[in-house]
Amino acid sequence: MEVLQRFADHYNYVVTIFLMVAGLYIVIARGNLIKKLVGLSLFQTSVYLLYIEPGKIIGGTAPIIDPAFKVYSNPLPHVLILTAIVVGVATLALGLALVVRIHEAYGTIEEDEIFSREGEE
Amino acid sequence: MSAPFEPDILMLLAIGIPFAAAALIPLFHCWPNLRELVTLTAAAALAAVVWCLVGPVLDGVRLERHLMEIVPGFVLAFAIEPLGMLFALVAGSLWLVNSIYSIGYMRANGEPRQTSYYVCFAVALGATMGIAFAKNLVTLFLFYELLTLSTYPLVVHKANEEAIRAGRTYLVLLLGSSMVLLLPAIFATWLLAGTTDFRAGGILPAELSGTLMAALLALYVFGIGKAAVMPLHFWLPAAMVAPTPVSALLHAVAVVKAGVFSILKVIVAVFGVERLASSGAATWLVWVAGFTVITASLIALRQDNLKKRLAYSTVSQLSYVILAAAILTPISVIGAALHIAAHAVAKITLFFCAGAIYTAAHKTEVSELDCIGYRMPWTMAAFAVGALGMIGLPPTAGFLGKWFILSGATQTDQWVPVAVIILSTVLNAGYFLPIVVRAFFPAAELRAHAAGAAVARHTHEAEHGEAPWPMVLALLATAVATLVLFFVPDIPLGLSNAMLVR
Amino acid sequence: MRAIMPHLPALQVVVPLIGALLSALLRRGTTAWALALLVSWTMPLIAASLLLQVLTSGPTSYHLGGWAPPWGIEYRVDLLNAFILLLVSGVAAVMMPFARRSVAAEVDQDKQSWFYSMYLLCLAGLLGITVTGDAFNIFVFLEISSLSTYVLIALGRDRRALVAAYQYLIMGTIGATFYVIGIGLLYLVTGSLNILDIAERLGPAAAQSSRPILAALAFLTVGISLKLALFPLHVWLPNAYAYAPSFATAFLAATATKVAIYVLLRLFFSVFGIAISFEHLPVSEVMLALSVAAMFIASLLAIFEQNVKRMLAYSSLGQIGYITLGISLANEAGLTGGIVHLFNHAVMKAALFLVLGAIVFRIGSVKLADLAGIGRRMPLTMAAFVIAGLAIIGAPGTAGFISKWYLAVGAFQKGWWPLVFLILASSMLAVVYIGRVVEVAWFREPSGLAEKAKDPPLSMLLPVLVLAIATIYFGFDTQASAGIASQAAHALLAGIK
Repeated sequence: MEVLQRFADHYNYVVTIFLMVAGLYIVIARGNLIKKLVGLSLFQTSVYLLYIEPGKIIGGTAPIIDPAFKVYSNPLPHVLILTAIVVGVATLALGLALVVRIHEAYGTIEEDEIFSREGEE
Repeated sequence: MSAPFEPDILMLLAIGIPFAAAALIPLFHCWPNLRELVTLTAAAALAAVVWCLVGPVLDGVRLERHLMEIVPGFVLAFAIEPLGMLFALVAGSLWLVNSIYSIGYMRANGEPRQTSYYVCFAVALGATMGIAFAKNLVTLFLFYELLTLSTYPLVVHKANEEAIRAGRTYLVLLLGSSMVLLLPAIFATWLLAGTTDFRAGGILPAELSGTLMAALLALYVFGIGKAAVMPLHFWLPAAMVAPTPVSALLHAVAVVKAGVFSILKVIVAVFGVERLASSGAATWLVWVAGFTVITASLIALRQDNLKKRLAYSTVSQLSYVILAAAILTPISVIGAALHIAAHAVAKITLFFCAGAIYTAAHKTEVSELDCIGYRMPWTMAAFAVGALGMIGLPPTAGFLGKWFILSGATQTDQWVPVAVIILSTVLNAGYFLPIVVRAFFPAAELRAHAAGAAVARHTHEAEHGEAPWPMVLALLATAVATLVLFFVPDIPLGLSNAMLVR
Repeated sequence: MRAIMPHLPALQVVVPLIGALLSALLRRGTTAWALALLVSWTMPLIAASLLLQVLTSGPTSYHLGGWAPPWGIEYRVDLLNAFILLLVSGVAAVMMPFARRSVAAEVDQDKQSWFYSMYLLCLAGLLGITVTGDAFNIFVFLEISSLSTYVLIALGRDRRALVAAYQYLIMGTIGATFYVIGIGLLYLVTGSLNILDIAERLGPAAAQSSRPILAALAFLTVGISLKLALFPLHVWLPNAYAYAPSFATAFLAATATKVAIYVLLRLFFSVFGIAISFEHLPVSEVMLALSVAAMFIASLLAIFEQNVKRMLAYSSLGQIGYITLGISLANEAGLTGGIVHLFNHAVMKAALFLVLGAIVFRIGSVKLADLAGIGRRMPLTMAAFVIAGLAIIGAPGTAGFISKWYLAVGAFQKGWWPLVFLILASSMLAVVYIGRVVEVAWFREPSGLAEKAKDPPLSMLLPVLVLAIATIYFGFDTQASAGIASQAAHALLAGIK
C-alpha cells in the first residue's frame, strides 16, 4: 500500500521514466531506421518532462514580479528545455535526412537488410 | 695520450658521430662512393675518438654529463667508466673494420637498398655508443630500444618471406622482453633505490630481501633479451638471415654484447657484486647460464648452416659472460669483461670468413666446405684463428677470459661453472675444428680432387679464389687482433680491473 | 588589443561560430578553406594567451552577457581546460593546411564549403565544451559538435559512411540525453547549473540525498563514456572513423574523444569530487576493468583488421583505455599519465590518420594489401607513420613512452604490480598491429596501386611531418605536455577550491 502511495505521489516521475524506457526500448529493439528515430524522439521528450515538472511550484504563478504574489514557479527549466527541444528537432531533422540518403544508397531502411547488403561487398 | 678535446666532449662526440653520419648518408644516395666515404669517415672518426678516450680513462678520469630530466626519474645522462669504455672501444674500433668489409660485401653481392642499410647501421652504432656511455638505467633503456629498432630493418633487409618472419621473431622477442620485463625492473629499481644511476657497489637499499633481489635479477636477466639467455635466444639464429656484415658486427658484437654488457653492468653497478654474493640471490643464474652454454653448444654441433652454427656458438659464448658474472668474484667479473672483448674480435672474424665464403663460393653449409682452404687460404687461416679463440686456446684472446673465469670459480669452490666451462670447451672444439679440418685436410678420396682444384684455380678462371680484397683485409685484421689481444691484453685488462674500483 | 583581452574566452567560441556561418555562404571550396584556415590559425593564439594568463594569474572567469554566475553562464578557464583548448586548437591549426587537397579529392565540389562550415561548427562546439563552466551549456555545445560531426562523417564517399553517421547519431544522442538526465538530476538536488556552484552545494547535499546524486553520477558517466567511446560503448567509433573523409577522421580522432574525456575529468574531480566519484560506487574499479579490457580487446581487434583506417580506429579505442586507466587510478601520477596521454595521443593519432589521408589522396585505398611496398614510393610519409607508430607502441624517446611512464608509476604507487605488466604487455599488441603495416609498406614489393604513388604535395606532407616530429619532441621536452598535465592533475585532485 505504502509503495503504491509513493508511486502515486511521484506519478510525474513514473510517467517520465515510462517514456524514457519505452523510447530507449524502441531505439534498441526496432530495426527500421525511422522507428528508431521515433523512439529516440520519445526518449528525448521524456527528458523535457523530467526538467519541466519540478519547475512548477504548487501555488506559484508565472515569474513576473508583482507585489501581489510571493511564490513564483521556476522559469529556468523552461528556458533550458526550449534549447533542448531545438537540439532535439535538429537531431531529428538530421537523422531523417540521413535516412533519406541511406534509402537512396541502399534502397531500404531496414537495418538487417542494410547490413546484409554491406556483407555482400 | 693527450686529447685535443676535453673527455666529456669526446664522449658526446662518440655518441653523436654515428647519428650525424646517419643524417648525412641519405644525402649522398645517388653517389655511392661518396656515401661510403661518409660511413668510412664517421667510422674512422669514431675509432679515433674512442681511442683518445682510453688513455684518460686508464688514468682514472671519470666524468658524467647530465643532459636533461625528461620526466621525474627519467634522466638522460652519460658517464664514462671503464666497462663502458671497453665496450665502446670494441664496438667503435670494429665498426671501421666492418665498414670496409661491408662495402666489399654489399657491392660484390649486389645487395639492394644500400643507403638505408648504411643509415640503419650508423644509427645502430650510435645506439651502441649510447648504451656504452649510459649513466643510468633509463638512458641505457632508451638506447637499448633504439638498437633493437634500428637493427630490425637490417634483419629484414632481404625482404623475402623468411626475412620478414625472422624480423617478427626478432622484434617481438627483443621488444617484448624489454618492455614487459626490463622496464618494470627499472621501475622497481627506481622506486626502491630512488635513483637509476649506476654506481660501483650497487644502489639497491640494504634491507632488500634475498627473494626480492632474486626476482629483480630474474626480471633483468630475462628482460635483457639481447643477452640471449635461454629461452630468449630464438631471435639470434633468426637474425642470421641478415647480410653477413650485420651478423658480424651487430649480432656478434654490438647487439649481443649490449645485452651481456647491460647484465654485467646491472650486476656490478645496480646490485653490487658483494651484495649479490652474500645474499645468494644469483645462485640460480649459474645454472641458467650453464644450461645455456651447454645446450647452445649441443645445438651448434648439429647445425649444418655455417651462420646458424656461429649463431648458436654466440648464444653459448654470451652465457659464458653471464656465467662469469654470476660466479660473483671480482676476478671472474674481470674475466667476463675480458671475454666480451675477446669473443667480439674472434667471432667477428668467423662471421667475416662466413661472408667471404658466401661471396666468393656462394656456399652456406658446413658440409659444402670440403677443400675450401685450398682456394681461400687466407680466409680459412683467419677462420682457424677465430675458431681457436672460440675454443679458448692460446695464443688467442679467448684463452684469457676463460682463464680468469676459471680461476674465479676455483677460488670460491664453485665446481658447477668449472665443469660447464670444461665441457663446453670440448664441445666448442667439437663443432669448430671439423670445419677447419674439412677445409684443409679433407678425406682421402677428396684430397686428389682438391689437388686438382688447386691446379684448376690456375688454369680456369671460372673457379673462385678469395673474396674481394676489402673483405679479406678486414677479416685478416680481426684475426690478427685476436692474436694480438693475447700477447698485449693491457688495455682491456686495465679497464676491467678499473671497473671494480669504487 | 587591451579591449579584446578580457573577452578571449568568449572569442574561443564566437570566432569559429561566425566562421562557420560565413563559410556556409561561400560557394568555392578553396575560399571556404582559406577562411577555415584563418580561423584555425587564430584559435591557438587565443588559447595560448589564455593559458599564459592562467599560468601567471590563476583561473579566469568570464561572465557571458554580464550576468554574474551562478545565474548567468560563466566561462571559466583554469589550467586543465586552457591546456585542452590549446591542444584542440593547436592540432586543428597544424592539420588545416592538409585539408585543402585532401577534402578537394574526397568531397564533392559543391559540398566542400559545407564541409568547412561543419568543421568550424564542430570546432566551435568542442572549444565551447572545454571553455564553459556551465553544465547545461556543455550539453548545448556537445550537441553542436556532435551534429556537425554526424554531417562530417556522412560526407564520406563510401555509402557505408551514411550508416556509420546514422549509428553514431543514435548512440551520440543517447549519450547526450543521458548527460542531460544526469545534469537534470543534479539540478533537482542543487538548484544550480554552474559547475563550481554545483560542486559547492553538493558538499552538504551529498550527505542527505545521496541516491539522486549517485543516479546522476551513473547517468553522466555512461553518457559521457558513450561520447568518448569507452569500451564497450564504442561500437559507433570504428565505422565512423573508417568511412569519414580522411581529414574529418584525423580531426575527430585527435580532438572529439579528447574533449569528452575532459568532460569526464571535470565531472569526476571538479563536480562530484573524489569522495563521491570513487567511494560510493565502484566507478574506479569498473572503469579500471573496462580500460584494461579496451587496451587488450581493441588492440586485438586492430591486429586482425584489414582496413588500416579501421585498424587505427580500434587502436584509438585501446589508447583511450590508457587515458581512462589513468583516470581510474585517481592518484597524481596516474592522472598525469591520463592527461598527458590525452595530449600525446591526440598528436600521434592525428599524424597517423593524416598519413592515411595522404595515402588515400595518392592511391585511393587504405586496405592493407594495397599498401604493399608503399614505403619505398612515399618514403617521407611512411617514415612519419613509423615514427608516430612507435609513439603508439610507447617506445622510449617518443611521446607515448612518457604517458606510459606516468601510468606505470601511478600503478606502482597504488601497489598494483600486475597492472604495470598489463600496461606494458598491451603495448606489445601495438607492436604487432603497427608492425604489420610497417612490414607490408616497407618490405613488400610495390603492388599495382602503390607502384605509381609518391609523396604528397608539401601542403599535405608538412602537417604530417610536423606532427610526427612533435611526437618525438614531446618525448624529450615534456615541459609543455607532462609539466602542465601534472599541475592540472594536482589541481584536480586538490578539488575545485
